Amino acid sequence: MPKLLGLRCRECGAEYELQATHVCEMCFGPLDAVYDQAALKKIVSRSRIEQGPSSMWRYCDLLPVEDSVAVVTLGEGFTPLVKAERLGAELGLRNLYLKNDSMNPTNSFKDRVVSVAISWARAHGFETIACASTGNLANAVAAYAARAGLECFVFIPIDLEPAKVAAISVFDPNLVAVRGNYDDVNRLCSQLIESTPWAFCNINIRPFYAEGSKTLTFETAEQLGWKLPDEIIIPIASGCQFVRHRQAVRELIEYGLVRGERVPAFTGAQALGCAPVYNAFHSDNPDRVLPVKPDTIAKSIAIGNPSDGVYVNRIARETGGVVEAVTEEEIVDAIRLLARTEGIFTETAGGVTIGVLAKLARAGRWKGDETVVAYVTGHGLKTADVLASANGHSSKRVEIDPTMKSFREKVSIS
Amino acid sequence: MAQFRIPGPLRRLSDGQVTVAVEANDLASAIDALDARYPGFRDRLLDEKGELRQFVNVYLNDEDVRLGSGLQAKVGERDEISIVPAVAGG
Repeated sequence: MPKLLGLRCRECGAEYELQATHVCEMCFGPLDAVYDQAALKKIVSRSRIEQGPSSMWRYCDLLPVEDSVAVVTLGEGFTPLVKAERLGAELGLRNLYLKNDSMNPTNSFKDRVVSVAISWARAHGFETIACASTGNLANAVAAYAARAGLECFVFIPIDLEPAKVAAISVFDPNLVAVRGNYDDVNRLCSQLIESTPWAFCNINIRPFYAEGSKTLTFETAEQLGWKLPDEIIIPIASGCQFVRHRQAVRELIEYGLVRGERVPAFTGAQALGCAPVYNAFHSDNPDRVLPVKPDTIAKSIAIGNPSDGVYVNRIARETGGVVEAVTEEEIVDAIRLLARTEGIFTETAGGVTIGVLAKLARAGRWKGDETVVAYVTGHGLKTADVLASANGHSSKRVEIDPTMKSFREKVSIS
Repeated sequence: MAQFRIPGPLRRLSDGQVTVAVEANDLASAIDALDARYPGFRDRLLDEKGELRQFVNVYLNDEDVRLGSGLQAKVGERDEISIVPAVAGG
């Protein structure tokens, strides 16, 4: 029995057959995958999940890929949920956890969505995989296309960080560097879907792709002992994953996987240099997200025209969360804070998340015993250049001659 | 005349036409002209307050009109107006 029934418009409820399309013809609203919930309720259980693989595919029943499909996997997901004792102590949080998604095969959470998207696309006869990307997605798409043996076209803004370009290029995709920012790339690709027979992961097969994000929250709940946290801090780019995390919580409750039914507060994190969702959240009309021209070192989340921004604000409000933003300096400080206290090196987007966590904690948002989880979604080596340009060398660095004398002169060992 | 580029999901309204030429001075009147020729476009593009719908992006010669003058944006003889679904990317 297929578990997927079709696609449904999130806005007007119009229904569509399963196909590579992402936009409602009636109202232009986003389409979501619809599952046979009654059938799933009979089979989904904690023990069934716990017997699954040590990857996100342990939640395959809740993903839009039928059982008969051979999935394209590099072992993504089931990343560590670490209790952050030392960072928590600095911020006055006794139950702070970090979901370290930089531990994925291409070092960002994008491996989750891409594994689902390419599995779906290959099963539906697509021979070429494509995407519009701020870097991390292109990296994942290039790697998984190589793994699947599919043709690959990735479209990136021309000013992408060199480390990301290298990590994409090694997989030998067709790499199209577009003279423009991410929003320009995305618009171009949105128009290209009509003249190419390609599966654009984050455009025409977005309803399937997006579903992969849910696994981050499924895992967080499982790793907390099938409990939901009190609050989750999530970086906001398009807002796509934020919306799926809310859906994941709905499913965890619906299928009886978690104890209790209290929905966590959903809090979003943006860089002030690209904060259209934050701007709207704090305006008179949070339902109107006005586009901005991005100018931030947090390039992986620098989307000036976020497609799901309105939904982020609704979810944040409904769940008692907020949308907060940090300066460029606060981003770099947060990268260092996380590294110094927890041994985790995150990219600039992670700096945004931890920066917002720190800002809210210092402003007294929490009493101290709440369970707060921050999603660290990408690895620091992807954006290491920002540390070099911001006096990246350690303040404890010294240069010495290879002699005992020089060592004793320059280094104090107390 | 200015040219509209119609996205796939809306081409049923334009009898399958990918481009539609209209006579107009600004974006608002261009949308009126498009709707006069192919009824239904106005409702799809504008909300009840007459503003661009949330899930519609309109580009005037590759520039997002929301970053500029919006519906008041001046439209010239050779301008291209692209309608692009907003839900994509990320």
